[in-house]
Amino acid sequence: MPDELHHLPLIHQVLEHERHKPGALLPILHAIQNGLGYVPDTAVPEIAHALNLSLAEVRGVISFYHDFRTTPPARHTLRLCQAESCRSRGAEALAAQVREQLGVDDHGTTADGALSLRPVYCLGACACSPALELDGKLHARLTPERLRELVAGCMTEVTA
Amino acid sequence: MKLFISCDSLARAVGADDLVEALLGEAERRQVKLDIQRTSSRGLYWLEPLVEIDSEQGRLGFGPIDSADAASLLDALASADCQHPQALGLVEDIPYLKSQQRLLFARAGITRPTSLDDYRANGGFEGLAKAALMPTEQVVTEVLDSGLRGRGGAAFPAGIKWRTVREAQATQKYIVCNADEGDSGTFADRMLMEGDPFLLIEGMLIAGLAVGASMGYIYVRSEYPDAIAALNEAIIIAREAGYLDSTGSGVAFDLEVRVGAGAYICGEETALLESLEGKRGIVRAKPPLPALEGLFGLPTLVHNVLTLASVPIIMARGAQYYRDFGMGRSLGTLPFQLAGNVRQGGLVERAFGLTLRELVEGYGGGTASGRPLKAAQVGGPLGAWVPPEHFDTPLDYEAFAAIGAMLGHGGVVVADHTLNLAGMARFAMQFCAEESCGKCTPCRIGSTRGIEVVDRIIASTDAGEREDHANLLRDLCDTMQYGSLCAMGGMTAYPVASALKHFPADFGLATQEAAQ
Repeated sequence: MPDELHHLPLIHQVLEHERHKPGALLPILHAIQNGLGYVPDTAVPEIAHALNLSLAEVRGVISFYHDFRTTPPARHTLRLCQAESCRSRGAEALAAQVREQLGVDDHGTTADGALSLRPVYCLGACACSPALELDGKLHARLTPERLRELVAGCMTEVTA
Repeated sequence: MKLFISCDSLARAVGADDLVEALLGEAERRQVKLDIQRTSSRGLYWLEPLVEIDSEQGRLGFGPIDSADAASLLDALASADCQHPQALGLVEDIPYLKSQQRLLFARAGITRPTSLDDYRANGGFEGLAKAALMPTEQVVTEVLDSGLRGRGGAAFPAGIKWRTVREAQATQKYIVCNADEGDSGTFADRMLMEGDPFLLIEGMLIAGLAVGASMGYIYVRSEYPDAIAALNEAIIIAREAGYLDSTGSGVAFDLEVRVGAGAYICGEETALLESLEGKRGIVRAKPPLPALEGLFGLPTLVHNVLTLASVPIIMARGAQYYRDFGMGRSLGTLPFQLAGNVRQGGLVERAFGLTLRELVEGYGGGTASGRPLKAAQVGGPLGAWVPPEHFDTPLDYEAFAAIGAMLGHGGVVVADHTLNLAGMARFAMQFCAEESCGKCTPCRIGSTRGIEVVDRIIASTDAGEREDHANLLRDLCDTMQYGSLCAMGGMTAYPVASALKHFPADFGLATQEAAQ
């Protein structure tokens, strides 16, 4: 575990800013994750103390929601839609292709830490399925070739 | 030269930004002055990126335009007759659009999303102006009389909720907008929030006025970053213009956007309230109704985006105008969303009552793959798979309930013959297992058992054994439907049971009659 104490200033800043909001826990977790890329373990007691919650309550919320992560993210995050609309246009085959190309399973990260693969259930791009989101950017009318290109782009950039 | 190109996230996902860049570059080379206005999307997504230009008759359209076509498009626009292979003529005359009845999406593709001037110049805030002059009781009566029902899926009469919250006694009440549009095949909420955020703000303002709430929250799923940004920007503009107030002086209503965190269950209203309170999204037992004990235990009006956004038009034009659209008890319009394996995917706002066939074959133009149509899932991942023999059913809440399906939020996912519905039944169970909040047993455990039973049906080589497992699956669907606490477990039975009933061959089962 890397030394996470250097994250404390940002965590305190977020808490100072957000703690007085009604129902502040989700906005706090989002703000920390936006700033650091994940919610480090050191944040948990700080949040619990600021909101007068137990550690279990804070951890329970972090683990309940798919978005919150407790480890640093890969350089790139690929979220491939696996919901009905995209499935009707071949999303399962696309998922198999990308798993093979990367050699990782869903929720997995490549060994070099370049890219992590996450399934997502609907990006609201259903009129032009299949769709994916790469580092926050939406791509629709996806073809196997385009997907291969996007993934390859992430991999070469890191090794370069 | 002034062009209009959408800034909708899906238009951008298919190349609208690249096109704008290419056009600007090409115009600079030609030393032509080019003004590109980024508007909302018309919802004719198969034509995106769509470029529009003013003419004497109205806006002319060109689409879909690839960024490689930038030069040829500028050539065409500079010529007298605007000839281009992708020319569509007058946009308003495209049959797909012309035949629609756009009340909610009247400004779609026309205005810039966060321009208050555009909004006001196109009917914006007329509803609020009228509502502000009425006694609050009459505002509630208008909503009741309009016949508006909750657009999130449950279709509960909106006015009754309004009356309940209005009559509740409390020092603080809330308006909560459920913008956690997690259903696959639906994107109307996203389009509206990204493209016309002031409409949602106006609807929430009127609701706040009518029921006596001073604070509103819009809970948006994190998968919609553009909608979140548009709403946040619009809220700041509305505050500066004096429509909203965070200081507690002047108008007594303010709004805040809250962002979800990837939990489908938070689209269920009580789980959403828990999440807003900063907790895990665990479903609450009802009663107490959220209208009486909602957010932080206080009276709360919870509505879907489209429900709240319908209110300004009801106030501006009157309840009678609104209820003249639709059929039976399904009044007004519903923005249907055509998605999946469909040639012309997009948004179709029509009064209730057109048939599923008109929607899928007429508007959709059949499958994108060109292969025969197999089924359409109506109403999101918890909706039934409807076989073509039921496609003449009118799109009406009651008519769909009568065939064991539901309209839900109006999303329609089309599938061709290559999609195996046993696989989709398994997926429905898997999705439920992944997204269940875990509070009630039928949903939490039933979904996992469901995956196993579907797997056993698919793997079994013995026909009699497959029938036994199928009966077990039917039983399980029954238990989940009637025993679950909320629609998550309760309606997972719909896609599974409908697949089993209408497409037994996909499970290796004998035909329907023999199976029963």
